[in-house]
Amino acid sequence: MKCDKCDNEATVHEMIVKGGVKTERHLCEHCARELGLNPGGATLGQLITKFVVAPQGQPLAPASKPAAPARPTPPTSCRGCGTTFADFKQTGRLGCSECYAIFETQLGPLLERAHEGATHHMGKSPKRWEERAARAESDSARRERIDDLRRRLEQAVMAEQYEAAVVLRDELRKIEAQGTV
Amino acid sequence: MTSEGFIPSYETGTEWLRCVGASSDVVMSSRVRLARNLAGWRFGHKAGHGDRQKVLEVCRDRIAAAGLSGVGASTSPAPATPTAPPQIMWIDLRESPPIERQLLVERHLISKQHSKGKPLPDLKAGDVETTDPRGVAIALPDERLSIMVNEEDHLRIQAVRGGLALAEAWADADRADDLLESQLDFAYSPRFGYLTCCPTNVGTGVRMSLMLHLPGLKLTGDIEKVKRAAGDMNLAVRGFYGEGSEAAGDFYQISNQTTLGKGEQAILNDLAGEIIPKIVEYERLARRNLLSKRGAALEDQVYRALGLLTHARLLTAEESMQMLSHVRLGVVMGLVSDVDLASVNALMLLTQPAHLQRVMGTELDQEQRRNARAQLIRRRLLKTN
Ligand SMILES: [Zn+2]
Ligand SMILES: [Zn+2]
Repeated sequence: MKCDKCDNEATVHEMIVKGGVKTERHLCEHCARELGLNPGGATLGQLITKFVVAPQGQPLAPASKPAAPARPTPPTSCRGCGTTFADFKQTGRLGCSECYAIFETQLGPLLERAHEGATHHMGKSPKRWEERAARAESDSARRERIDDLRRRLEQAVMAEQYEAAVVLRDELRKIEAQGTV
Repeated sequence: MTSEGFIPSYETGTEWLRCVGASSDVVMSSRVRLARNLAGWRFGHKAGHGDRQKVLEVCRDRIAAAGLSGVGASTSPAPATPTAPPQIMWIDLRESPPIERQLLVERHLISKQHSKGKPLPDLKAGDVETTDPRGVAIALPDERLSIMVNEEDHLRIQAVRGGLALAEAWADADRADDLLESQLDFAYSPRFGYLTCCPTNVGTGVRMSLMLHLPGLKLTGDIEKVKRAAGDMNLAVRGFYGEGSEAAGDFYQISNQTTLGKGEQAILNDLAGEIIPKIVEYERLARRNLLSKRGAALEDQVYRALGLLTHARLLTAEESMQMLSHVRLGVVMGLVSDVDLASVNALMLLTQPAHLQRVMGTELDQEQRRNARAQLIRRRLLKTN
């Protein structure tokens, strides 16, 4: 396919839906650059800006699904730093860690578009967080074990199996004591 | 950590450029950058001067305490010249003269933005360079590791190696990150990973990039295919000096853009295990084809470049870079025998404005630089000293 502006091969394809009307542009890399489009994958900052800033229309990046509509009443500014979502749309930058939690709903679809559909982190995490996750896991395992022992102890007492009950009681005390250390 | 460092000369630093690594006929360097922020502090552009100063102090002290000096240190036996013991040098960029900062930019140790500083609401515009609290820690003697403090993110950890050695660069960056993490609490969320100022870096915060020399693909025109393919794979293609810079001298930086939902190892495997070796093969094929089908024209281009570099009296940085690129191609293809790769690599850096002035030992205006540049290149290529 030829470029709309010159005779080169078109490599940048863009589709814009505005007021229900679909327009397509096919451009070579050079002409796309001249028009301020970023060919070849686009820098993601620009993708975000282009995507959110366009008035009453949704420019679609090539080959990606439309973003989910925003929730009706999302929070408008961050408690931590005062950044509003409008600020972010303008600069492409967030103001603090808190922003990620505050704007989680609005950020989700944007991050998906910028990161090949990803919604969750994969890879390295700080040791502190790994330990916290491991602790949470062992905590819940311990709680399950305690519940299980209590149930069996109750049953043993009701069945008047006192020797078994003593063993279970000691086991239970031991585990409960570990938790308080 | 030495307090106020003086940037070492090219001959002792910039290990990645002097030493020639795997696939260095095509791959100049492998770089890994990690973006990190401190939990509980605003990101740089939203912080006032006071907060940026505090973040700078905390980071500087913790970098000093983290025991980073061994990271990336050469394990190769006895270097040719005795080197200083590994240590971390700290540079407060507010106190560095502009030429020193330019030197760091040319060496890829800091970004242009970091050199200039950030205009903050509570600062007068003209004061930014000398008042915006920011710095850089550099591992000496080989400069394989550097850490920018108060750039876009609180910390930008960078590791670099010559040639195709992305796994080694990642190992250095990973180790430095572990050591810093034991001293600092990084902003992190289980869903989004390491939290960064710009959501395009969130997740791993990693950018792995390779600097490639692709004159063959440039000549055959196939470079456009490589760029398109890279775009399809969500990789960014940039020039020698990064974002927005032209591909001077047929050098291209290829790097990952996806940082969320893809682990460091997966990014590394894709780049170093799949994509880059293919581009390297593609470039070598283009070179072989050029040699067999347009051998005389190729040789002509190389020798014209060599002729120009050894005889011109005025040279701009751009022209030098382009001509050095042609000569580099001639050297790695064995068309030129009396010039070695390390010398060509060296000239690419030494002909940049700040390095040139440093080598010449004096401040030079643009016109004087063109003259000095031609002189330096002539001297080095003809080995007349
Ligand atoms: Zn065109
Ligand atoms: Zn915030």
